[in-house]
Amino acid sequence: MAITEVRWHARAGQGAVTAAKVLAEATMAQGEYVQAFPEYGPERMGAPLRAYNRISDKPLTMHCQVTDPNVVIVVDSSLLGTQDVTEGTPEDAVFLVNTAHSPEEIAEKLGRPVDRVVTVDATQISIDCLGRPIPNTPLLGALSRATGLVGLDVLLEDLAVNLKKKFPEKIVQGNIASVERAYKEVKGI
Amino acid sequence: MGQRVAMTGNIAVANAMRQINPDVCAAYPITPSTEIMQQFSSFVADGLVKTVLVPAESEHSAMSACIGAAGAGGRVMTATSSQGLALMWEMLFIAAGNRLPIVLAMANRALSAPINIHGDTSDAMGARDSGWIQIFSENAQEAYDNLIQAVRIAEHLDVRLPVMVGMDGFIISHSIESMELLEDEAVRDFVGEYIPNRPLLDIQNPRTYGPLDLQDYYIEHKRQEYEAMKNAKSVILEVARDFSDRFGREYGLFESYRLDDAEVAIVVLNSAAGTVKTVIDALRADGVKAGLLKPRIFRPFPADEIAAALSGVKAVCVMDRADGVNAVGGPLFPEFRSALYDSNPRPMMINKVFGLGGRDLGLHHVREVFAELQTIAETGKIETLAEYITVRN
Repeated sequence: MAITEVRWHARAGQGAVTAAKVLAEATMAQGEYVQAFPEYGPERMGAPLRAYNRISDKPLTMHCQVTDPNVVIVVDSSLLGTQDVTEGTPEDAVFLVNTAHSPEEIAEKLGRPVDRVVTVDATQISIDCLGRPIPNTPLLGALSRATGLVGLDVLLEDLAVNLKKKFPEKIVQGNIASVERAYKEVKGI
Repeated sequence: MGQRVAMTGNIAVANAMRQINPDVCAAYPITPSTEIMQQFSSFVADGLVKTVLVPAESEHSAMSACIGAAGAGGRVMTATSSQGLALMWEMLFIAAGNRLPIVLAMANRALSAPINIHGDTSDAMGARDSGWIQIFSENAQEAYDNLIQAVRIAEHLDVRLPVMVGMDGFIISHSIESMELLEDEAVRDFVGEYIPNRPLLDIQNPRTYGPLDLQDYYIEHKRQEYEAMKNAKSVILEVARDFSDRFGREYGLFESYRLDDAEVAIVVLNSAAGTVKTVIDALRADGVKAGLLKPRIFRPFPADEIAAALSGVKAVCVMDRADGVNAVGGPLFPEFRSALYDSNPRPMMINKVFGLGGRDLGLHHVREVFAELQTIAETGKIETLAEYITVRN
């Protein structure tokens, strides 16, 4: 059984928990079994936060914490200096970092091989597409391209269906555009 | 048939309540069960249910309102956790003693002090002797399925006892998982229309609930409560059979996972059982005969069935995510050990208290427990009868 484990590093309020939920829903739509859970600590805006996904083609029974994720997503690159985002990860773990810096620069900072690091300026993309710095959605587009964990079509469809329930068409379209742009612009593939 | 969804345990439970559509729901919010009532109040506000929602000023009052409403003849539900269940404690016995079929959804959480919002079963174990039926759930799917079945169990005329359905706080209540939601109509058909039994509001036939009952009849009434709890076992199985016939998912008094030929086994409630299953699969692949008994029903305690299931196992570890602080092991341990007392053969048994206040139980912890059980099975010697694990030394 192949289980993919994902760890999200973000700051509270950046939408990482929502992104983990969207990833769970989209991969479930692909026919997989999923889990998404945040690590609950003191809940204050801006505090470092971790969220997790487990994705598998077989039913998932384990309910322990994710300790050695295959995929690490850093939503806020200011965490790179304060959090050990490589903690517990195997040597071949993939790192997706929201930054304007190149994969080479980030790989050096992480001490990991450059071919396992991808970057995307998701904050800039969300400002362009949505007028606000909400990098979580574009990061999903970059994740789709970098790992193939979730298909772009499935992701876009899930976003269209679920965002429509809560938001006006303009915001739905902005999110979709941001995912498509991040899918194209992700560096290090 | 149903719909595959990804949702948290709390939202799954709130949806079960929506589909059950109780007459009255009185509650007071407390982490981690708050989201159940938050979501359910939206269902009430949106007109999706006919429920009268009573936001009470405390859990003691919430359970009191549930008791009044159930006595009046309503189908009644509530939700709580931890200190909330502790504050209901006095009223829990009154609900059970008055034989009121209230159903309570419980997101299991540690008890203060020190204050902690995370998952363990200390709250439920504090209520284990209250006369409530207790059902436990490994994941969101089971919490949802168990809550639906709880309504029929509580209301069955051979039982008429309140039921609490637990799931681990945060680990299940706040985690999104894949599960199946049944169709609204199918759930409504399954739970059926509630026919109140001797309701207070039947004013043509006036009755009294909870009068003074001294040396003359108190013990007869308690004896009836005991008989009802005994009856519950077969009713639970009957309801589970109907559930399985309609929806395909099977439930019993407990789940035996790869237990038939097991030489070493773990007994554990709730979400930790899932983690243990993962380790068992790996051990089995290596030729280790490991198994699991996951209690679903803790009250009534199915002692005979447990004895039959564990009798042939060489070494068993009963794992408690709660401590009764009797200084000889967690609350499940004496009951399971006692259930095996008359069995021949019977396993050697040890106890581990683990995961209090939400401390993670990792795969490696479970592997260590199985390794210790293998040594016990081989040597016939127990080094430590009961101890804490997942803890700093």
